[in-house]
Amino acid sequence: MISLTIDGREIQVPRGTTLLTACRQAGADIPTLCYDPDLRLAGSCRMCVVEVKGRRNLVAGCVTPAENNMVVETESPDVVESRKIILELLLARHKLTCHTCESDGSCKLQDYCYRYGVTDSRFTGEFHDGPHFSKEDANPFIKRDYDKCIMCTRCVRACEEITGAQAINVMNRGHHAKIATIFDGNLEDSPCVFCGQCIMVCPVGALTSKVAAGKGKSYQTEKVLTTCTYCGTGCTLELNVKDDKVVGVTSVRDENWSPVNRGALCVKGRFGWDFINSSDRLTTPLIRENGELRPASWDEALDFTAAKIKEIKGEHGPDSLAMFSSARVTNEENYLAQKLMRAAIGTNNVDHCARL
Amino acid sequence: MANYKDIINSCREKRGGIIEAFHALQAEYNYIPQDALVEAARVFGVSEAQAYGVATFYSYLSVENRGKYIIRMCESAPCHVAGADAVIRAIENYLDIKVGETTADGKFTIELCECIGQCQATPVITINSQPVFNVTPEKVPEILDACK
Amino acid sequence: MAEELRVLLQYADQINPESADDYVKVGGYKGLEKARSMDRKALIDEVKKSGLRGRGGAGFNAGMKWSFVPQDAPIKYVVCNLDEGEPGTYKDRIICEKNAQALLEGMAICGTAISSKQGYIYCRGEYPFVVELLKNAIKSAKASGALGDFDIEVRMGAGAYVCGEETALIESIEGHRGEPRFKPPFPGVEGLWAAPTVVNNVETFACLPNILANGAEWFAGIGATRYPGTKIVTLTGDIENATYFEVPTNVTLRDVIFTLGGGVKNGKKFKAVQVGGTSGAFIPEQNLDTQIDFDSMGSIGAALGSGAVFVLDETRDIVDVVTRISKFFEHESCGKCNPCREGTFRLREIMEKVNAGRGTTQDMDNLLLLSKVMQKAALCGLGQAAPIPIESTIKHFRYEYLRKI
Ligand SMILES: Cc1cc2nc3c(=O)[nH]c(=O)nc-3n(C[C@H](O)[C@H](O)[C@H](O)COP(=O)(O)O)c2cc1C
Ligand code: SF4
Ligand code: SF4
Ligand code: SF4
Ligand code: FES
Repeated sequence: MISLTIDGREIQVPRGTTLLTACRQAGADIPTLCYDPDLRLAGSCRMCVVEVKGRRNLVAGCVTPAENNMVVETESPDVVESRKIILELLLARHKLTCHTCESDGSCKLQDYCYRYGVTDSRFTGEFHDGPHFSKEDANPFIKRDYDKCIMCTRCVRACEEITGAQAINVMNRGHHAKIATIFDGNLEDSPCVFCGQCIMVCPVGALTSKVAAGKGKSYQTEKVLTTCTYCGTGCTLELNVKDDKVVGVTSVRDENWSPVNRGALCVKGRFGWDFINSSDRLTTPLIRENGELRPASWDEALDFTAAKIKEIKGEHGPDSLAMFSSARVTNEENYLAQKLMRAAIGTNNVDHCARL
Repeated sequence: MANYKDIINSCREKRGGIIEAFHALQAEYNYIPQDALVEAARVFGVSEAQAYGVATFYSYLSVENRGKYIIRMCESAPCHVAGADAVIRAIENYLDIKVGETTADGKFTIELCECIGQCQATPVITINSQPVFNVTPEKVPEILDACK
Repeated sequence: MAEELRVLLQYADQINPESADDYVKVGGYKGLEKARSMDRKALIDEVKKSGLRGRGGAGFNAGMKWSFVPQDAPIKYVVCNLDEGEPGTYKDRIICEKNAQALLEGMAICGTAISSKQGYIYCRGEYPFVVELLKNAIKSAKASGALGDFDIEVRMGAGAYVCGEETALIESIEGHRGEPRFKPPFPGVEGLWAAPTVVNNVETFACLPNILANGAEWFAGIGATRYPGTKIVTLTGDIENATYFEVPTNVTLRDVIFTLGGGVKNGKKFKAVQVGGTSGAFIPEQNLDTQIDFDSMGSIGAALGSGAVFVLDETRDIVDVVTRISKFFEHESCGKCNPCREGTFRLREIMEKVNAGRGTTQDMDNLLLLSKVMQKAALCGLGQAAPIPIESTIKHFRYEYLRKI
């Protein structure tokens, strides 16, 4: 263990701890933009800078190891000034349209500007002619508005390290740098699998869901934790509910709440939820009578099916029946399905869609 | 013309050598053609997006076709005070294109660059990386006419 | 005192730089022989004792840097920084063109000290002919057996000033975008392909053969005590003798400019000099009697840097020159960190505005504020140094700005 003083408080941390972790342990709220606990460190946004006594420059907390006897200040005048100027620099090239932004209320840039009272930027330039990075991308899922990008590269790292798709990277350099696929093309023509992990990690409104667009800001929706029904993996997801309607899906990254997927989802889980409130959706079983479908209760439908199965088995034997089960149900349910076929009906004719 | 696959393969033994491969490709084509970029990514085991990121990071690499002769004008401070601005204007006028453009016949491309380390003889330009010293606006036509 | 002292360039133009045999004839590869006969620790101590400090800009004690390399690591690398991107600098090219074998020998000495078998020279893309020269020199040295089992490979950069920063350089050798890494870990512990790596400048390596052959005391006795040895300086701008000189590190700037350099061109008066390349401070007349060594330059708020000496005469418009310099940094910022990616862009924007006569005193305040934050918060030396030319000229030549406002 080493000990250091943070904002006048002495604390002990194990050797190898970063200053960011140590500061948070000491109760200091350090702002971060590029830092993501699940991703490779970047140390690039410089929002987490703190002052270490005896050092000429400020140091980035997220990548600087705590050292014995360090004396650290997390909100010194220089620290606050640097953070404010960094925010101003980001605002100077930002398409600041919070009122219509999907991330309004869940945006780190907005939060930190609020926290440090940064209303405006003195660096917008004479002609207000910032770079224009916005990207028209015709895919149905992910909106890429790089006029709001703060170049934290979390999306790049998530795409590589969580999903493994490596669809995007930084292109160009300096002020012209931006996030792009090969040849700055569309996601559809890249190895992108539309899992939306990039949206999950983006700290601002540069990457948003097209499916949920305009349906409700984060503070207007209630979050309901549930398990995704698309497959048996059992990913935890969060239904965003507004006026009793599902208007979006997000995920939680906390392992305690999302032990299976820690926030990662696939295209179906993250974007394929509009069926829930669809008028085309079946909400009761239907029984076909004289070529017409009519609504029925579950009891009636199950009784009807059981009777039919018995009838077929009586007439043609158990091997005339087969069960084709789905990857959307759990292992336990699949186990029961084969049990039903083998023990109750007496056939080995059972298969599963994931085998095809 | 050498096949881009052979060019890339000639560098594959060099660990992390994708930039060397890009140089070799540019020696043949003056830029990195799209198919070659994709192939280089495959050979060096990096994602296509990353290979593109590398190719667009370095100012000597280009993913767009360029002229047969790439004229680079050094703009750094020593050349600047020695009159680089006048030289670049003379080049632009003579070729009737702007910086960043290629002549219609595909012969010349003009680019700006930073110090090329020949500051004993400012202002300096390079033609396909060969430095030309003490350039003046008056000398521009002669220098460019020598490019066949 | 204002005379050249040629150590690295003693045999310039008398030997073929590519030929190991030529080099051996003038006493070459004796230092390496000596190094190989020494215990590794003693070798590192000898280099430490010589007081040799990095010639690439940061002025770190070379032996000290080597001593951080963990001995137990199975693979280590020696990397030579021949990126030489600092405008107005071409001394590393001169060393290669005049005495390439000394560089190879220096790298092999370092290899001996840290027990590395593999060296890389990262040569800037602007010097394809130096790449060829070095490849031939390596071939010759390998054929002569002088390098033993130490191998050297040359890699070529592709036009990125930031790749002179040691970690960006390492990224570039690995085939990546040349974006600096955060430190620690330092390259000595985790460098090229995560192996311990010593990165030194060409001139630093080239000093080593003589240090070993003549002894640490000999070297420590040349020039300034705390930054001993010679330094190759390159004179540019409004100077009579726009060329290079090898001088002991205790000469003064005035001697460099007025004695060796022959004074300001065309008999004009001196206005300012920028030392160390484009990222250096501009120095006014009253500070010219400072020695060029690292610490003396530091004491007047300047830096020896790469040893470039860029002179401006009385007629020059400093604001215009600094505007051009701000463009350089905008063009060369890698874009990784916010203060530099956005800061260099805005500095250039404001400088252009001021230079065009549309600036206000508010703009000058903004320049200074941005300068301070970039120096304090940028990730690497590029963003930290980018505002220095602006800050130093606002300090020493404020009237030139005010005249345009
Ligand atoms: C932006 C930037 C550019 C640099 N360019 C060079 C360079 O061109 N050559 C060089 O030797 N060092 C350069 N350096 C310094 C290197 O990072 C490193 O300190 C040096 O190569 C170490 O060698 P030395 O100890 O022998 O000086 C640069 C540093 C920065 C921050
Ligand atoms: S990304 Fe954040 S700061 Fe930008 S418009 Fe959206 S909510 Fe506002
Ligand atoms: S799109 Fe979002 S996650 Fe990606 S770099 Fe920009 S701000 Fe960061
Ligand atoms: S200071 Fe500039 S060059 Fe250095 S990492 Fe930041 S953006 Fe890149
Ligand atoms: S959070 Fe530390 S640099 Fe971005």
